[in-house]
Amino acid sequence: MSGEQNKAPPAVTLAALFFGFSKIGLSGFGGVLPFARHYLVETSRWMTAEEFNQQLGLCQFLPGPNVVNLAVVVGRRYGGLAGAIMAAFGLLAGPVAIVLLLAMLYDAYGAMPEAQRMLRGIAAAGSGLLFAMAFRMAMAIKQKPFFLPFTLLVFIAIALLRWPLPAVMLAGIALAGAVAYGLLKKEEKEGKEKA
Amino acid sequence: MNTLLELFTEFALLSFVAFGGATALLPELYRVVVENHRWMDATTFAHLYAIAQAAPGPNVLVVTLIGWQVAGLAGALTATVAMCLPMSVVVYLLFGHWDRFKGARWQRAIQLGVAPLAVGLIFSGATLVGQSAGLGWIGWGFVLAVAVFSTKTKFHPLWCIAAGAALGLAGVV
Repeated sequence: MSGEQNKAPPAVTLAALFFGFSKIGLSGFGGVLPFARHYLVETSRWMTAEEFNQQLGLCQFLPGPNVVNLAVVVGRRYGGLAGAIMAAFGLLAGPVAIVLLLAMLYDAYGAMPEAQRMLRGIAAAGSGLLFAMAFRMAMAIKQKPFFLPFTLLVFIAIALLRWPLPAVMLAGIALAGAVAYGLLKKEEKEGKEKA
Repeated sequence: MNTLLELFTEFALLSFVAFGGATALLPELYRVVVENHRWMDATTFAHLYAIAQAAPGPNVLVVTLIGWQVAGLAGALTATVAMCLPMSVVVYLLFGHWDRFKGARWQRAIQLGVAPLAVGLIFSGATLVGQSAGLGWIGWGFVLAVAVFSTKTKFHPLWCIAAGAALGLAGVV
Protein backbone atom coordinates (compact mmCIF):
# COMPACT_ATOMS: atom_id res chain seq x y z
CA MET A 1 0.00 0.00 0.00
CA SER A 2 2.91 2.37 0.70
CA GLY A 3 3.97 2.03 -2.95
CA GLU A 4 0.54 3.34 -3.94
CA GLN A 5 1.01 6.49 -1.93
CA ASN A 6 4.28 7.44 -3.59
CA LYS A 7 2.76 7.14 -7.02
CA ALA A 8 2.28 10.54 -8.63
CA PRO A 9 -1.39 11.51 -8.88
CA PRO A 10 -2.89 10.95 -12.33
CA ALA A 11 -2.90 13.96 -14.63
CA VAL A 12 -6.19 15.82 -14.33
CA THR A 13 -6.84 18.90 -16.43
CA LEU A 14 -8.34 22.11 -15.07
CA ALA A 15 -11.39 21.56 -17.25
CA ALA A 16 -11.83 18.07 -15.80
CA LEU A 17 -11.65 19.52 -12.29
CA PHE A 18 -14.24 22.14 -13.16
CA PHE A 19 -16.68 19.72 -14.77
CA GLY A 20 -16.07 16.97 -12.23
CA PHE A 21 -16.92 19.24 -9.35
CA SER A 22 -19.85 20.73 -11.27
CA LYS A 23 -21.26 17.24 -11.48
CA ILE A 24 -20.73 16.73 -7.75
CA GLY A 25 -22.30 20.08 -6.92
CA LEU A 26 -25.41 19.45 -8.98
CA SER A 27 -25.96 15.85 -7.96
CA GLY A 28 -27.09 16.19 -4.37
CA PHE A 29 -29.92 17.81 -2.47
CA GLY A 30 -29.24 19.07 1.02
CA GLY A 31 -25.56 18.21 1.00
CA VAL A 32 -23.36 16.63 -1.64
CA LEU A 33 -20.64 14.92 0.38
CA PRO A 34 -21.74 11.33 -0.40
CA PHE A 35 -21.73 12.20 -4.10
CA ALA A 36 -18.27 13.70 -3.78
CA ARG A 37 -16.97 10.41 -2.38
CA HIS A 38 -18.66 8.40 -5.10
CA TYR A 39 -17.37 10.59 -7.91
CA LEU A 40 -13.82 11.07 -6.66
CA VAL A 41 -13.18 7.50 -5.54
CA GLU A 42 -15.30 5.34 -7.83
CA THR A 43 -16.25 7.24 -10.98
CA SER A 44 -13.18 9.33 -11.73
CA ARG A 45 -10.73 7.37 -9.52
CA TRP A 46 -8.83 10.58 -8.78
CA MET A 47 -8.17 9.31 -5.29
CA THR A 48 -8.30 6.06 -3.34
CA ALA A 49 -10.84 5.65 -0.55
CA GLU A 50 -8.02 6.06 1.96
CA GLU A 51 -6.81 9.28 0.38
CA PHE A 52 -10.36 10.57 0.34
CA ASN A 53 -10.86 9.85 4.05
CA GLN A 54 -7.52 11.42 4.82
CA GLN A 55 -8.37 14.67 3.02
CA LEU A 56 -11.92 14.70 4.29
CA GLY A 57 -10.53 14.47 7.81
CA LEU A 58 -8.89 17.85 7.43
CA CYS A 59 -11.94 19.39 5.76
CA GLN A 60 -14.27 18.18 8.48
CA PHE A 61 -11.90 19.20 11.22
CA LEU A 62 -11.83 22.80 10.01
CA PRO A 63 -14.93 24.99 10.17
CA GLY A 64 -16.59 26.24 7.00
CA PRO A 65 -18.43 24.47 4.19
CA ASN A 66 -16.77 21.03 4.15
CA VAL A 67 -17.41 20.27 0.50
CA VAL A 68 -15.96 23.58 -0.63
CA ASN A 69 -12.88 22.85 1.48
CA LEU A 70 -12.69 19.42 -0.12
CA ALA A 71 -12.84 20.93 -3.60
CA VAL A 72 -9.96 23.25 -2.70
CA VAL A 73 -7.84 20.37 -1.38
CA VAL A 74 -8.48 18.10 -4.37
CA GLY A 75 -8.11 20.96 -6.83
CA ARG A 76 -4.80 21.99 -5.33
CA ARG A 77 -3.48 18.45 -5.47
CA TYR A 78 -4.03 18.20 -9.22
CA GLY A 79 -3.71 21.76 -10.41
CA GLY A 80 -2.16 23.98 -7.75
CA LEU A 81 -3.79 27.33 -7.15
CA ALA A 82 -5.59 27.33 -10.49
CA GLY A 83 -6.88 23.83 -9.79
CA ALA A 84 -8.18 24.83 -6.37
CA ILE A 85 -10.01 27.81 -7.83
CA MET A 86 -11.45 25.82 -10.74
CA ALA A 87 -12.67 22.99 -8.51
CA ALA A 88 -14.33 25.31 -5.99
CA PHE A 89 -15.78 27.43 -8.80
CA GLY A 90 -17.08 24.32 -10.57
CA LEU A 91 -18.69 23.06 -7.38
CA LEU A 92 -20.54 26.32 -6.75
CA ALA A 93 -21.24 27.90 -10.16
CA GLY A 94 -24.10 25.60 -11.24
CA PRO A 95 -25.94 25.43 -7.91
CA VAL A 96 -25.53 29.19 -7.35
CA ALA A 97 -27.01 29.89 -10.80
CA ILE A 98 -30.00 27.62 -10.07
CA VAL A 99 -30.59 29.09 -6.65
CA LEU A 100 -30.43 32.63 -8.07
CA LEU A 101 -33.04 31.70 -10.65
CA LEU A 102 -35.25 30.41 -7.85
CA ALA A 103 -34.57 33.63 -5.94
CA MET A 104 -35.83 35.64 -8.90
CA LEU A 105 -38.95 33.49 -9.03
CA TYR A 106 -39.39 34.08 -5.31
CA ASP A 107 -39.09 37.83 -5.80
CA ALA A 108 -41.68 37.71 -8.57
CA TYR A 109 -44.20 35.24 -7.14
CA GLY A 110 -43.21 34.76 -3.48
CA ALA A 111 -45.99 37.00 -2.22
CA MET A 112 -48.71 34.80 -3.77
CA PRO A 113 -50.60 32.85 -1.10
CA GLU A 114 -50.00 29.56 -2.95
CA ALA A 115 -46.25 30.14 -2.96
CA GLN A 116 -46.31 31.13 0.71
CA ARG A 117 -48.20 27.98 1.66
CA MET A 118 -45.95 25.74 -0.40
CA LEU A 119 -42.78 27.25 1.05
CA ARG A 120 -44.16 26.89 4.57
CA GLY A 121 -44.72 23.19 3.87
CA ILE A 122 -41.20 22.78 2.49
CA ALA A 123 -39.75 24.64 5.47
CA ALA A 124 -41.64 22.25 7.76
CA ALA A 125 -40.16 19.28 5.88
CA GLY A 126 -36.73 20.93 6.06
CA SER A 127 -37.12 21.37 9.80
CA GLY A 128 -38.02 17.69 10.15
CA LEU A 129 -35.02 16.65 8.08
CA LEU A 130 -32.79 18.79 10.30
CA PHE A 131 -34.19 17.13 13.43
CA ALA A 132 -33.49 13.74 11.87
CA MET A 133 -29.94 14.75 10.96
CA ALA A 134 -29.28 16.06 14.48
CA PHE A 135 -30.72 12.86 15.96
CA ARG A 136 -28.53 10.65 13.74
CA MET A 137 -25.45 12.69 14.64
CA ALA A 138 -26.30 12.49 18.34
CA MET A 139 -26.64 8.70 18.12
CA ALA A 140 -23.23 8.46 16.45
CA ILE A 141 -21.52 10.14 19.41
CA LYS A 142 -19.63 7.76 21.65
CA GLN A 143 -19.52 8.19 25.42
CA LYS A 144 -22.90 9.93 25.38
CA PRO A 145 -23.12 10.58 29.14
CA PHE A 146 -20.06 12.81 28.85
CA PHE A 147 -20.92 14.62 25.64
CA LEU A 148 -24.68 14.87 25.22
CA PRO A 149 -24.99 17.36 28.12
CA PHE A 150 -23.01 19.75 25.90
CA THR A 151 -25.60 19.28 23.16
CA LEU A 152 -28.30 20.29 25.63
CA LEU A 153 -26.32 23.30 26.85
CA VAL A 154 -25.73 24.53 23.29
CA PHE A 155 -29.43 24.13 22.54
CA ILE A 156 -30.36 26.17 25.61
CA ALA A 157 -27.78 28.88 24.90
CA ILE A 158 -28.54 29.19 21.18
CA ALA A 159 -32.19 28.28 20.64
CA LEU A 160 -33.67 29.51 23.93
CA LEU A 161 -31.39 32.24 25.28
CA ARG A 162 -30.34 33.38 21.78
CA TRP A 163 -26.74 33.97 22.79
CA PRO A 164 -24.20 34.81 20.05
CA LEU A 165 -22.77 31.66 18.51
CA PRO A 166 -19.05 32.58 18.39
CA ALA A 167 -18.85 32.96 22.18
CA VAL A 168 -20.90 29.82 22.80
CA MET A 169 -18.76 27.79 20.39
CA LEU A 170 -15.45 28.98 21.81
CA ALA A 171 -16.54 28.25 25.39
CA GLY A 172 -18.04 24.94 24.26
CA ILE A 173 -14.89 23.83 22.44
CA ALA A 174 -12.79 24.71 25.49
CA LEU A 175 -15.04 22.76 27.87
CA ALA A 176 -16.03 19.79 25.70
CA GLY A 177 -12.48 19.65 24.32
CA ALA A 178 -11.10 19.49 27.87
CA VAL A 179 -13.47 16.64 28.74
CA ALA A 180 -12.49 14.80 25.55
CA TYR A 181 -8.81 15.41 26.28
CA GLY A 182 -9.19 13.92 29.75
CA LEU A 183 -11.06 10.90 28.40
CA LEU A 184 -8.44 10.28 25.71
CA LYS A 185 -5.65 10.54 28.25
CA LYS A 186 -7.37 8.04 30.51
CA GLU A 187 -8.00 5.68 27.58
CA GLU A 188 -4.37 5.77 26.52
CA LYS A 189 -3.22 5.14 30.07
CA GLU A 190 -5.53 2.16 30.44
CA GLY A 191 -4.42 0.90 27.03
CA LYS A 192 -0.83 0.99 28.16
CA GLU A 193 -1.58 -0.78 31.44
CA LYS A 194 -3.30 -3.59 29.57
CA ALA A 195 -0.32 -3.98 27.25
CA MET B 1 -21.96 49.52 -0.58
CA ASN B 2 -22.04 49.68 3.21
CA THR B 3 -24.48 46.80 3.36
CA LEU B 4 -22.20 44.67 1.18
CA LEU B 5 -19.27 45.38 3.45
CA GLU B 6 -21.34 44.50 6.53
CA LEU B 7 -22.58 41.35 4.84
CA PHE B 8 -19.03 40.36 3.97
CA THR B 9 -17.57 40.95 7.45
CA GLU B 10 -20.46 39.26 9.28
CA PHE B 11 -20.36 36.13 7.11
CA ALA B 12 -16.57 35.93 6.88
CA LEU B 13 -16.36 36.05 10.67
CA LEU B 14 -19.04 33.39 10.98
CA SER B 15 -17.18 31.07 8.62
CA PHE B 16 -14.51 30.69 11.30
CA VAL B 17 -16.99 29.17 13.75
CA ALA B 18 -18.93 27.14 11.17
CA PHE B 19 -18.06 23.79 12.72
CA GLY B 20 -20.49 21.40 11.12
CA GLY B 21 -20.79 23.52 7.98
CA ALA B 22 -23.43 26.03 6.97
CA THR B 23 -26.23 23.89 8.41
CA ALA B 24 -24.88 24.29 11.93
CA LEU B 25 -24.71 28.02 11.29
CA LEU B 26 -28.45 28.45 10.64
CA PRO B 27 -29.38 29.74 14.12
CA GLU B 28 -26.61 32.32 14.05
CA LEU B 29 -27.48 33.38 10.49
CA TYR B 30 -31.01 33.93 11.78
CA ARG B 31 -29.79 35.96 14.73
CA VAL B 32 -27.54 38.16 12.59
CA VAL B 33 -29.84 38.60 9.62
CA VAL B 34 -33.30 38.75 11.20
CA GLU B 35 -32.73 39.90 14.78
CA ASN B 36 -29.65 42.14 14.64
CA HIS B 37 -29.70 43.74 11.19
CA ARG B 38 -33.41 43.28 10.44
CA TRP B 39 -32.49 42.60 6.83
CA MET B 40 -35.58 40.36 6.51
CA ASP B 41 -38.42 38.97 8.60
CA ALA B 42 -38.58 35.48 10.10
CA THR B 43 -41.00 34.18 7.47
CA THR B 44 -38.73 35.21 4.61
CA PHE B 45 -35.81 33.50 6.36
CA ALA B 46 -37.79 30.26 6.59
CA HIS B 47 -38.76 30.59 2.92
CA LEU B 48 -35.16 31.04 1.85
CA TYR B 49 -34.18 27.95 3.79
CA ALA B 50 -37.01 26.08 2.09
CA ILE B 51 -35.79 27.18 -1.36
CA ALA B 52 -32.23 26.09 -0.55
CA GLN B 53 -33.54 22.71 0.58
CA ALA B 54 -35.46 22.20 -2.64
CA ALA B 55 -32.49 23.10 -4.87
CA PRO B 56 -29.52 20.88 -5.69
CA GLY B 57 -26.10 21.77 -4.33
CA PRO B 58 -24.06 22.11 -1.18
CA ASN B 59 -25.69 23.32 2.04
CA VAL B 60 -23.87 26.64 1.85
CA LEU B 61 -26.37 27.88 -0.76
CA VAL B 62 -28.75 29.17 1.90
CA VAL B 63 -26.12 31.85 2.44
CA THR B 64 -26.28 32.78 -1.25
CA LEU B 65 -30.05 33.24 -0.97
CA ILE B 66 -29.75 35.36 2.15
CA GLY B 67 -27.22 37.55 0.34
CA TRP B 68 -29.60 37.89 -2.59
CA GLN B 69 -32.44 38.96 -0.33
CA VAL B 70 -30.23 41.55 1.38
CA ALA B 71 -28.50 43.12 -1.61
CA GLY B 72 -29.41 41.43 -4.90
CA LEU B 73 -26.87 39.75 -7.15
CA ALA B 74 -23.91 41.57 -5.57
CA GLY B 75 -25.19 40.50 -2.16
CA ALA B 76 -25.54 36.87 -3.23
CA LEU B 77 -21.98 36.72 -4.54
CA THR B 78 -20.57 38.65 -1.59
CA ALA B 79 -22.25 36.39 0.96
CA THR B 80 -21.15 33.21 -0.81
CA VAL B 81 -17.54 34.32 -1.17
CA ALA B 82 -17.43 35.58 2.43
CA MET B 83 -18.61 32.21 3.70
CA CYS B 84 -16.33 30.09 1.49
CA LEU B 85 -13.13 32.06 0.99
CA PRO B 86 -11.53 32.34 4.46
CA MET B 87 -11.51 28.60 5.19
CA SER B 88 -10.60 27.81 1.58
CA VAL B 89 -7.43 29.84 2.07
CA VAL B 90 -6.71 28.12 5.40
CA VAL B 91 -7.28 24.66 3.97
CA TYR B 92 -5.14 25.53 0.94
CA LEU B 93 -2.27 26.56 3.17
CA LEU B 94 -2.67 23.60 5.53
CA PHE B 95 -2.59 21.12 2.65
CA GLY B 96 0.29 18.74 3.23
CA HIS B 97 0.67 19.73 6.90
CA TRP B 98 -2.39 17.83 8.11
CA ASP B 99 -0.28 14.71 8.76
CA ARG B 100 1.74 16.61 11.31
CA PHE B 101 -1.10 17.23 13.72
CA LYS B 102 -3.61 14.60 12.65
CA GLY B 103 -4.09 12.09 15.46
CA ALA B 104 -2.43 14.27 18.09
CA ARG B 105 -4.35 14.15 21.35
CA TRP B 106 -5.40 17.81 21.21
CA GLN B 107 -6.60 17.39 17.61
CA ARG B 108 -8.73 14.35 18.49
CA ALA B 109 -9.98 16.11 21.62
CA ILE B 110 -11.23 19.09 19.61
CA GLN B 111 -12.85 16.82 17.04
CA LEU B 112 -14.61 14.80 19.75
CA GLY B 113 -15.61 17.96 21.60
CA VAL B 114 -17.00 19.78 18.57
CA ALA B 115 -19.40 16.99 17.54
CA PRO B 116 -21.92 17.36 20.42
CA LEU B 117 -21.86 21.14 19.96
CA ALA B 118 -22.67 20.81 16.26
CA VAL B 119 -25.57 18.52 17.15
CA GLY B 120 -26.90 21.18 19.53
CA LEU B 121 -26.62 23.77 16.78
CA ILE B 122 -28.54 21.65 14.29
CA PHE B 123 -31.29 20.95 16.84
CA SER B 124 -31.46 24.73 17.37
CA GLY B 125 -31.59 25.37 13.62
CA ALA B 126 -34.38 22.82 13.20
CA THR B 127 -36.39 24.52 15.95
CA LEU B 128 -35.83 28.00 14.55
CA VAL B 129 -36.78 27.06 11.00
CA GLY B 130 -40.01 25.50 12.26
CA GLN B 131 -40.76 28.50 14.46
CA SER B 132 -40.09 31.11 11.83
CA ALA B 133 -42.18 29.24 9.28
CA GLY B 134 -45.13 29.98 11.57
CA LEU B 135 -46.33 26.39 11.93
CA GLY B 136 -49.49 25.41 13.77
CA TRP B 137 -49.82 22.15 15.68
CA ILE B 138 -50.54 20.20 12.48
CA GLY B 139 -47.40 21.72 10.99
CA TRP B 140 -45.32 20.58 13.96
CA GLY B 141 -46.94 17.17 13.68
CA PHE B 142 -45.71 17.01 10.10
CA VAL B 143 -42.22 18.08 11.25
CA LEU B 144 -42.22 15.19 13.73
CA ALA B 145 -43.50 12.77 11.08
CA VAL B 146 -40.75 13.79 8.65
CA ALA B 147 -38.12 13.46 11.39
CA VAL B 148 -39.27 9.95 12.29
CA PHE B 149 -39.77 8.89 8.65
CA SER B 150 -36.34 10.14 7.64
CA THR B 151 -34.70 8.42 10.62
CA LYS B 152 -36.44 5.08 10.14
CA THR B 153 -36.43 4.73 6.35
CA LYS B 154 -33.94 5.21 3.57
CA PHE B 155 -36.15 7.17 1.20
CA HIS B 156 -34.55 10.14 -0.52
CA PRO B 157 -35.09 13.40 1.42
CA LEU B 158 -36.65 14.89 -1.71
CA TRP B 159 -39.78 12.81 -1.05
CA CYS B 160 -40.22 14.63 2.26
CA ILE B 161 -39.68 17.97 0.53
CA ALA B 162 -42.26 17.06 -2.11
CA ALA B 163 -44.73 15.93 0.55
CA GLY B 164 -44.18 19.21 2.40
CA ALA B 165 -44.77 21.22 -0.78
CA ALA B 166 -47.97 19.29 -1.57
CA LEU B 167 -49.38 19.47 1.97
CA GLY B 168 -48.46 23.15 2.17
CA LEU B 169 -50.12 23.94 -1.13
CA ALA B 170 -53.21 22.05 -0.03
CA GLY B 171 -53.30 24.23 3.07
CA VAL B 172 -52.88 21.30 5.47
CA VAL B 173 -49.54 22.23 7.01
